[in-house]
Amino acid sequence: MRSSFVSFTLNGEEKELLIAPGQRLVDVLREQCGAMGTRNGCGQGGCGACTVHVDAVPMLSCLVLAELAEGCDILTIEGAARDRTLHALQEAFVAEAATQCGFCTAGMIMAAKALLDRDPAPQREAVVEALSGNVCRCTGYEPIIAAVLAAAAMLARLPAAAA
Amino acid sequence: MTRLRGRGISAVNYPTGMNLGGDPSQALIHATTTGNFVVTLSSVDLGQGLRTIMTQIAAEVLGVPPESVIIDTADTDTGPHCMGTFASRATHRIGNAIIMAATEARNALLDVAGEELEVAAADLETDGDGRIAVKGVPGKSISVLDAALAAHFKYGRTISGRGIYLKPRSYPDFETGAMDPDSCQAHACTIAEVEVDTETGEVRVLKLTSAYEIGRALNPMMVEQQIVGGSWMGMSHALYETTEPYYPDRAHGPVDFAEYLMPGPADIPQYDAVILERPSASGPFGAKGIGEMTANSPIPAIANAIFDACGVRIDELPITPEKLLRALDAAAVAPRR
Ligand code: FES
Ligand code: FES
Repeated sequence: MRSSFVSFTLNGEEKELLIAPGQRLVDVLREQCGAMGTRNGCGQGGCGACTVHVDAVPMLSCLVLAELAEGCDILTIEGAARDRTLHALQEAFVAEAATQCGFCTAGMIMAAKALLDRDPAPQREAVVEALSGNVCRCTGYEPIIAAVLAAAAMLARLPAAAA
Repeated sequence: MTRLRGRGISAVNYPTGMNLGGDPSQALIHATTTGNFVVTLSSVDLGQGLRTIMTQIAAEVLGVPPESVIIDTADTDTGPHCMGTFASRATHRIGNAIIMAATEARNALLDVAGEELEVAAADLETDGDGRIAVKGVPGKSISVLDAALAAHFKYGRTISGRGIYLKPRSYPDFETGAMDPDSCQAHACTIAEVEVDTETGEVRVLKLTSAYEIGRALNPMMVEQQIVGGSWMGMSHALYETTEPYYPDRAHGPVDFAEYLMPGPADIPQYDAVILERPSASGPFGAKGIGEMTANSPIPAIANAIFDACGVRIDELPITPEKLLRALDAAAVAPRR
């Protein structure tokens, strides 16, 4: 099998990359695109640290073959902030002290963002459910749940376009 | 199905630092031409926030804003010696080393500023915001940047400081066994409330309420992070985590995140904590170590709460449903001890 060119959009920017067969999306993002915010934790779908959005759906980029990203719209943590303004989730993670070592944080925020994108005013149970595939060793989860709920409240006060 | 509730209490004394063969850590500080201060350490930030605490301590003693402190950690080939980040020692040992280094660097800074302003260094004060002024004469001042430039380009001097904190080795007294193994002790008390399902053997922790006496909370928000994260980790050790579930037999040991059990966001209790401050004479600004004890104190509290709920005492961790059900079965056959 030979390498092939794969085109996708990464955080709004067109990419065309030479991809070897079997290359994982997480490695392509980190090593070929320099998007180091996405973490490679377990590499087998167990920790959620590698969560990115593929066509607005949260996916574990360690389990996605990069070749399958052809024509897709990919969003990583680097694309969460806009015009040098943090996303409400990022603001809330800082305010609620929802990060310690930070290894899980990008995946947590991308998983939470997928939730808020489809359910802007979630109940606590929905937040717990949305984060249940993401492992954190440091925070005890409560500050993360609190941050997601705080971000939802923050977004509710903003004009719709800013979300 | 029967669900039984119980409550358990634990009390913990936790040493800050260890005895070893003596326990030293060093810090070196120097000013750059731009008036930033680089604090060189060999200590590691594991995610607990060591860099933040060390920045606060250095900025406080130097009298400069935290933004102008640069913490350079963890090149053990080239950095000054540090025993490491363990034994809840980092804030205490390295914090004290930084206080010593920053005091020397501050004196060097004020000497240069004094020459520039033609006053004695003892008559100067820092405003913590990047300026050095004559006491009582706020108009007569110089910026830290200009003082750093003058030191480099006019006087040919370094603005720098060396610091070390050594906890000397303590040998036990031959007669009494008395010794001084640590520098101070932090204290904690945790109350755990649990619900035991006697049919499935599952334990749910409903609430963990803790009090921590830690000398001085140098950064209260980060102290709370340690307590909440530690409460979770203690619960995880008490009920979930093991690499050898049938120790010493290695059978059924987990090999990945799917098999290594930890409580997820749906399994967490309500956390509640208060922080008490009784400053330690040897601690930097009175601080003691809080790191590890937060994961220890929940464990006996949860084990005691399980005993309170269903009358069986499990003394091997983690307290799995299997162990609990076997103990309940045994207790039903034999009369309670
Ligand atoms: S790295 Fe993808 S789930 Fe752990
Ligand atoms: S902050 Fe360390 S793993 Fe979540």
